[in-house]
Amino acid sequence: MLDIARRFRVDNISPLDITEEILQGIKQDPLNAYITVDETGARNAAKEAEEEIRQGSDNLLLGVPVAIKDNICTKGVSTTCASNILSNFVPTYDAHVVEKLKNSGVVIVGKTNMDEFAMGSTTTTSKIGPTKNPWDITKTPGGSSGGSAAAVAADLCAASLGSDTGGSIRQPASFCGITGLKPTYGSVSRFGLVAFASSLDQIGPMARSARDVAILYNAVKGYDPKDSTSVAMKYQPTSLDGLDMRGIRVGVPGAFFGEGLSTDVEKAVKDGISVFKELGAEIVDIDLAYIRYGVAVYYIVATAEASSNLARYDGVRYGLRGNNADDLIDMYIDTRSSGFNIEVKRRIMLGTYGLSAGYYDQYYRKASQVRTLIIQDFAKAFEVCDIIIGPTTPTPAFGLYEMIDDPLSLYLLDIYTIPANLTGLPALSIPCGFTKEGLPIGMQLMAPAFREDILLGAGISFQDHTRFHEKRPQWNMM
Amino acid sequence: MEYDVIIGLEVHAQLLTETKIFCSCSTIFGDKPNTNTCPVCIGMPGVLPVLNKKVVDFGIKLGLATNCHISKTNIFARKNYFYPDLPKGYQITQYENPLCEHGFLDINVDNTVKRIGITRIHMEEDAGKLIHDLKSHRSLIDFNRAGVPLLEIVSEPDIRSTAEAYSYLMELRQLLVYLEICDGNMEQGSFRCDANVSVRPKGSVSFGIRTELKNMNSFRHVQRALDYEINRHIGIIESGGNVLPETMLWDAVSNTTQPMRTKEESHDYRYFPEPDLIPVVVDDAWIEEIEKRLPELPRDKRARFVNVYGLPEYDAEVLTQSRSVADYFEQCVSLLNSPKEISNWIMTEVLRVLKEGSEDIKTLKVTPEMLVSMIRLINDGTISGKIAKDIFEEMATTGRSPELIVKEKGLVQITDEDILKDIVREIIENNPKEVDVYKKGKVQLLGFFVGQVMNATKGKANPRLTNKIIREMLKQ
Amino acid sequence: MKISLSEVEHVAKLARIRLNEEERTRFLKELNSILDYMDLLSEVDTIDIAPTTHTQHITNALRQDIRRASQPLKDALTNAPETVDNTFVVPMIIK
Repeated sequence: MLDIARRFRVDNISPLDITEEILQGIKQDPLNAYITVDETGARNAAKEAEEEIRQGSDNLLLGVPVAIKDNICTKGVSTTCASNILSNFVPTYDAHVVEKLKNSGVVIVGKTNMDEFAMGSTTTTSKIGPTKNPWDITKTPGGSSGGSAAAVAADLCAASLGSDTGGSIRQPASFCGITGLKPTYGSVSRFGLVAFASSLDQIGPMARSARDVAILYNAVKGYDPKDSTSVAMKYQPTSLDGLDMRGIRVGVPGAFFGEGLSTDVEKAVKDGISVFKELGAEIVDIDLAYIRYGVAVYYIVATAEASSNLARYDGVRYGLRGNNADDLIDMYIDTRSSGFNIEVKRRIMLGTYGLSAGYYDQYYRKASQVRTLIIQDFAKAFEVCDIIIGPTTPTPAFGLYEMIDDPLSLYLLDIYTIPANLTGLPALSIPCGFTKEGLPIGMQLMAPAFREDILLGAGISFQDHTRFHEKRPQWNMM
Repeated sequence: MEYDVIIGLEVHAQLLTETKIFCSCSTIFGDKPNTNTCPVCIGMPGVLPVLNKKVVDFGIKLGLATNCHISKTNIFARKNYFYPDLPKGYQITQYENPLCEHGFLDINVDNTVKRIGITRIHMEEDAGKLIHDLKSHRSLIDFNRAGVPLLEIVSEPDIRSTAEAYSYLMELRQLLVYLEICDGNMEQGSFRCDANVSVRPKGSVSFGIRTELKNMNSFRHVQRALDYEINRHIGIIESGGNVLPETMLWDAVSNTTQPMRTKEESHDYRYFPEPDLIPVVVDDAWIEEIEKRLPELPRDKRARFVNVYGLPEYDAEVLTQSRSVADYFEQCVSLLNSPKEISNWIMTEVLRVLKEGSEDIKTLKVTPEMLVSMIRLINDGTISGKIAKDIFEEMATTGRSPELIVKEKGLVQITDEDILKDIVREIIENNPKEVDVYKKGKVQLLGFFVGQVMNATKGKANPRLTNKIIREMLKQ
Repeated sequence: MKISLSEVEHVAKLARIRLNEEERTRFLKELNSILDYMDLLSEVDTIDIAPTTHTQHITNALRQDIRRASQPLKDALTNAPETVDNTFVVPMIIK
């Protein structure tokens, strides 16, 4: 992103040229990163940006090609959530973040592929088929923001927006070797983000470098009165300078390095932590006793909220309508049975069960209580450290269809990313190494609420001293 | 056998806010379908609710007026069910922590005061409106009403008869209208009532099986439906059967209640806290702010009208039916300290004109000043009470002052004894037969002579003086 | 078994989802294995622990009662599968 901004001004490259280059690239994209490409909108925005750059604007976002996950509403451009049920839905309104990006002059090139309704971690459950990992097309790019991650990694955009409910920005960022931020809950408006689990969902930026992520984060964050959970406070722009790591206490939770962690990942993350140590950080062991309950809590809370959030897809006001038109109940059932995929149905079923009469206390209420304990756990940890570091995922990218028949095992892989959503804390995934096979590995940094400055500052410092984030997948070199 | 009747009422009051509860669309009734909608109230993907502060204000207002405890921390919940008039597949309502709890409302039944407990009052959103087209076998949906704010007011099962239920509803509606938070229009659906009904043998402590009664859209329907349902319960019990715990719909055509056909559906609303809305904390300052602006409540006003103005209970009741009529009365009294006289005029003429013209008292052409001037003209003998009625009519149509009307139409009362004597003399001369009968002792004929005088003077003769003169002259 | 076949069917009905034979069997197995895993939570003592619904402790996000223009009627109806006279249309609710 920063280099494109430089090329616009120093090399006199036009935003229109870059946009055409990107649109051309998307046409030949073997990865299936996009669901919808808005060529006209992109060209118009590029023309406007060109004019402003000519007039000397130093706005770094001007003319930068950005991709938007397909669960974020774009006025006049179809927004499907990769679902049949919304395959013909065209919003008449922009999400708050889209409005902000348009105002800042970026070029929105299109909508990226994802797991249907953001429910998944493989981008294989989309109605248009899977997105492939640019580092190895037999592997998953991760998910649910797999399209947004793959598009950045493959230079099919300069940066993108994803959404993160249980790791959906950080895990694909990690699998695709890019940087992704799940911001503090309440710092980026959810208005226009198609809800999966309202108390966990957060929109966030994805880009190659932490600096680019910071630039995009500065552009989308801020109070929005249209979102009641948006926190009203003064948002300072996050600095693009690295954080001086001397005296910074890095907490390393033993629980993040337990059973199931691949040796490649463990080594890369520990090496990453050593980089911070060399930069002057103090490493402290911390205890997060309750995170072992995170997955259970998450899959109760998230599915409960989802079962309710997805009730509006009933074939009445928009979206797909089932074939049976004679009876209302049949119309509902036909619409929903043919409109949702098996994973979405599975989660709706689970969530409905967890809220139903006789089970509420045992599941939803119990989970919400353990959630409190997890929050307290992190509050205590941040008394003795400034930042928590661990792996983003237990394994590197796995085979596209490797886990498809084992939902529970797939859920368990979200173990490291879920706590940030349950607690509302910000978390950043940055590239920190590669496996022997050359697949990227990500490292997760977590900080107290609204301390994205620490996360991004540390990420920038790390990337000023390492080259992992600069490495590009081979397919693009051809 | 004798029975106790147990009734609990659930009232839904549509609030008089400008905008809906969670979006800025208008709440106005009767607009073209779906013109007052936006992505929020139509439940589009990705949009979010933002609470209208006035809804909380109104809820606190009613809570204070019904002696409720106002909850400090309020949360909203989702009530999940599918219905085409419910855009999101859930209704945003309150479940745990309703805004108001543990209140009461005093009602009058047979001249005694009875206290009806208020279990809770909570805020929620209304659904859209369905129109069923039998011909095409389709249902049409208008979402203009979706998201209009409601207060749900749930009474304790303290109501023991249809009469008490009626009185409770009237009292509650009057209160809502007084507080200016609901227009109380039952026919248009801005004031809706459901009932829970059960009966048990007198003296029994356990409750009978209860049914829920819906679809009563006027006060008369409520009375009829309750009477019908109570008798139905008693009938079943006396024939040795069991009342089923079901939902009954009042059918105003057949005047019966019919069980609502429940399709397979077992209700499981899966309530859980609404994650899109954060808690509303009502602190003391907020409550005080509302309390300061709380108007005098109907019950207090009634008592004051009796105690301060010395009005009979009946007058106080009628005058305080509406806040604006009560205000009108008090404006009049402030100009002329003659409360009963003023009350009589308002209860008869003013309310009649309002009813006939369906006019609002605020736009009535007869201002308090005019009414008082007219009463003064009666009291100083300028006009008779009978003439005053004509003058009132004239004021109500033209809005001209009583003095002007009296002058223009020559309606000044005749109090000159000489003029009246001349008239009486003529009448005596023209009616010898009646004079004869009167003199023989049939004094009731006095009225006949007075009537003749009034006819001759077009009602302007001073009645007291006329009486006196007739009596005197007939003695001779 | 945590959840029975009839409960699976009941939940599907509540959620307005039709399951074919294969899905029914599959969900019965999968939901049971997931719910078995959830049992992990029963070992946590949560007496007197308040449940969390919101992670940020903010209150009173309120809007003033000021009217703003509604959306144009065509925007309301543009995505609808079936409309008549500016209303949304569904098969008649059985009465």
